[in-house]
Amino acid sequence: MTRRIAISFLCGLLLAGNCFAADDRAIIVGSKNFTEGVVLGELIRAIAASTGATVVHRQALGGTRLVFNALVSGEIDIYAEYTGTLTHEIFAQNKPASNAELRDLLAESGLVMSQPLGFRDNFALGMREPIAERLNIRRISDLRAHPELVFRFGTEFTERGDGWPGLRLHYGLPQQDVLGVEHDLAYRGLAAGDVDLTDLYTTDAEIAYYSLRTLEDDLGYFPPYEAILIYRAELAQERPEVFAAILGMQGLIDEAQMIAMNSRVKLDGVQEALVAADFLNENLGIEVVAKSSTRIERFWRYTRQHIALVAISLFAAILIAVPLGIAAARWRRLGHVILGIVGIAQTIPALALLVFMIPLFGIGAGPAVIALFIYSLLPIVRNTYTGLTTIPTQLLESAEALGLPAGARLRLVEAPLAAVSILGGIKTAAVINIGAATLGALIGAGGYGQPILAGIRLDDVGLILEGAVPAAGLAIVVQLLFEWTERAIVPRGLRVSTRT
Amino acid sequence: MLELNQVSKNYSDVCALERCDLSIASGQTTVLIGPSGCGKSTILRLIIGLQIPDEGSIHFGGQLLEPARLPDLRQRMGYVIQDGGLFPHLSARDNAALMARHLGWSDERIATRISELAELTHFPTDALDRYPLQLSGGQQQRVSLIRALMLDPEVLLLDEPLGALDPMIRRDLQADLREIFTGLGKTVLMVTHDLGEAAFFGDNIVLLRDGQIVQQGAMKQLLREPADDFVRRFIQAQRSPLETMETIR
Repeated sequence: MTRRIAISFLCGLLLAGNCFAADDRAIIVGSKNFTEGVVLGELIRAIAASTGATVVHRQALGGTRLVFNALVSGEIDIYAEYTGTLTHEIFAQNKPASNAELRDLLAESGLVMSQPLGFRDNFALGMREPIAERLNIRRISDLRAHPELVFRFGTEFTERGDGWPGLRLHYGLPQQDVLGVEHDLAYRGLAAGDVDLTDLYTTDAEIAYYSLRTLEDDLGYFPPYEAILIYRAELAQERPEVFAAILGMQGLIDEAQMIAMNSRVKLDGVQEALVAADFLNENLGIEVVAKSSTRIERFWRYTRQHIALVAISLFAAILIAVPLGIAAARWRRLGHVILGIVGIAQTIPALALLVFMIPLFGIGAGPAVIALFIYSLLPIVRNTYTGLTTIPTQLLESAEALGLPAGARLRLVEAPLAAVSILGGIKTAAVINIGAATLGALIGAGGYGQPILAGIRLDDVGLILEGAVPAAGLAIVVQLLFEWTERAIVPRGLRVSTRT
Repeated sequence: MLELNQVSKNYSDVCALERCDLSIASGQTTVLIGPSGCGKSTILRLIIGLQIPDEGSIHFGGQLLEPARLPDLRQRMGYVIQDGGLFPHLSARDNAALMARHLGWSDERIATRISELAELTHFPTDALDRYPLQLSGGQQQRVSLIRALMLDPEVLLLDEPLGALDPMIRRDLQADLREIFTGLGKTVLMVTHDLGEAAFFGDNIVLLRDGQIVQQGAMKQLLREPADDFVRRFIQAQRSPLETMETIR
């Protein structure tokens, strides 16, 4: 029995080893968590792969800050960015006045910026065509005459210095009904007629889909957001042939092409990898084998990653938490300290814990495993402690009176009597862990969270369910597995209740 | 065999035992009796080392009882408590074998010893593989006794071993126990609050009150020459109501 458990743990570790073993030579592409970022990431990946290099694309890692920091710390080697974002968000304090100054700032961190890819993805304001036509609004200045209009902006735009606050001052806009909402919801509000105006990215597929009119920035408020690549200088020197190919993207993509690619992904539901492959086939003549994965393949990949995250973190937590629980039960004063500390760790929301891991351990599966490990400690420590401290005194004393030394008492009497409780703690930890591991996708750890996040991004319920259903299923399977283990591990004498 | 010298023990504020001198002769059955909280169980718990005396010393077979020696000395004592203290996760057989197995006895030697003791204690052999929860109270106490006798200890310490049993079973087990004690010739120290039981077992009766020994000697002596009014009242209170009715008639 115990052997079978040991084997399944070993399998878990091996599996994990396969998933996380990072080849030193692999080039790691990152992307920000929105469609265009992922498409550009896929383009980089496909071009680099066509040179024969091993390339990994860590899709939709997170927001600008997170992905930029991952590049600085070397966890990714390259990603697609916009000049305006670098100038106004990353280097907002330095206020670089030109691209040359921007290049100098990047060089300080060992980074290089490519020439423009060929299109701009600016901020713009958009209204539905019929309304704009009726009110005769073509330019942002025209909005001054219509203070009753309802504005709904993406949350980021509402808060950024180069967003609404600056825009309002620059044009002297009078509108009062202005709120931040989730960007996709703003589009839907626009379609339903509840919202008159929202912010757009000029390459958004939705502009055509909802037939929106983008207003002319007649007073030149929005800076240019030229798409570029930024990458680590040292890698470009080590792998010149790969980077020569990648830099073939410079000047390659115009605005219409980018909009077309975005809308194929977002509106037609084509996978980013396929869209990127088609584009490269047509424009660079690179014969890219588009790795379109089937639902089954994706299912197994996510399952493997998810189980590895849960199994490693849980196994490590068992190794640490059970002895901690034993120590807490034996030395009560120390026990208060231990239970206090792991209790506090548990009160940190799983999401916050993951975010705390980034500055310490970076992104990817490693930090996610550490966060899940910390998260699993409390239920196991507490149940071990409770299991041991609720053993009736006369049983503890009987074992002592027999003359058994402390170690033998723990092994032969106390641990078996606490087994039900300890196993219960491990079960709780495992089930919590399976749920919390879906958040791991936020920092590039993979697993069932990845389709869930992609589904939210693409507004695709099918994709969300592709992650949510197996995650729930896995929790149920694990629950059953533990009940079955309980029957094998818990001593029979504790399960009989009838006197015969 | 056992010598208590000016032993005192306090639980927080309550004095459980005060400057107690007691000498237990080898091969005899000594019964500690007295009202609840008089300190009789404390004496047993001090001897088996579950508690350490605040003052005074205890000697076992001439050796001073101290924490470092406890594991060894405990193997020379058997301890049985009121509700048996059997480990619910182990069968009757495994409960009895636990310590012997830890000491590295062979399976054969363990099996022989257990069947010997099962016969001695009138415990049905086919019930040895049952778990404590599947045994009656009387059977549990018999298993507990087998466990205590497993290593053939010099001293048996019994803390109200029959206290939780109903009268019929109690009577049977009393008879069996006395037979075992006389047969084995072991030093027995038993705690009870029942005067009849004390008379039934005890060569030597020790009556305690508030942590002090009030009187000790043979039962006849206690009946004939009670040391003080407390002893007289204690004995009077425990006379069987049936017996009293008899006298009135």
